[in-house]
Amino acid sequence: MAKTITFALMDPPYETAATTTAFRIIDSALRKGHKVNVFAYEGAVNLTMAGQSPHPNPVKGTSAEEEEHPNTKDWVSSLLKNHGDRLEWINCGLCVDERGAADTVEGPKRGSPKEFAEWVKASDNTVVIPAK
Amino acid sequence: MAKYLVVETRDPFDSNDVDDVYDLATGLADDSNDVTVFLVQNGVLPVRKKSAAAKRVAQLAKKVTVLTDDFSLRERGIEVDEVVDGVRASDIDTLVDLIAEDGRKVIWH
Repeated sequence: MAKTITFALMDPPYETAATTTAFRIIDSALRKGHKVNVFAYEGAVNLTMAGQSPHPNPVKGTSAEEEEHPNTKDWVSSLLKNHGDRLEWINCGLCVDERGAADTVEGPKRGSPKEFAEWVKASDNTVVIPAK
Repeated sequence: MAKYLVVETRDPFDSNDVDDVYDLATGLADDSNDVTVFLVQNGVLPVRKKSAAAKRVAQLAKKVTVLTDDFSLRERGIEVDEVVDGVRASDIDTLVDLIAEDGRKVIWH
């Protein structure tokens, strides 16, 4: 039976393995047919910044194309593209302003902890993945 | 009886808090709660039989269900037959099933 699961993410991109784990969990939950809400708080608002770009690896002598290293915005875009009818993503507005992170890929909305609280009340479960 | 899912992402040699989390899980089980500990990221490092923390994980597994993320094991070169008795290899889909269970509270560390 499909459930509604809300996640709170706090880590900025490329900081800890928790971001990768969160993406894996969200992807699995969506593939299973659950509805997923993501509230990106603090540094996690940088996950969706449109200006991210892949880089080459000078140590290995490989180009960005050869590396095929996805940026976090690509993960979010892919999740929204494939499951946008069951995935909602809100970035904390104040956190966005502090970080100058308003230019996002298509899909994420601006919100506040009020929306997070409403999601928590309406969800079957909530998973808070805190910063270390 | 309540149901708990404790997600441990850290290695006990990285964070002394891990021992407290194991104690928390054991205590919840001692109070007749249904407890599953899911080890992911560096949280899988102590499950190796050769780890100095393996005995601690084995003790935990006698009290609660202990699952490990197969992806995290592979990333760290840990084979399933290296894992201490009582700990079961699992995957992210199983973690999602646990999160989606009615009434199961999730504690992430």
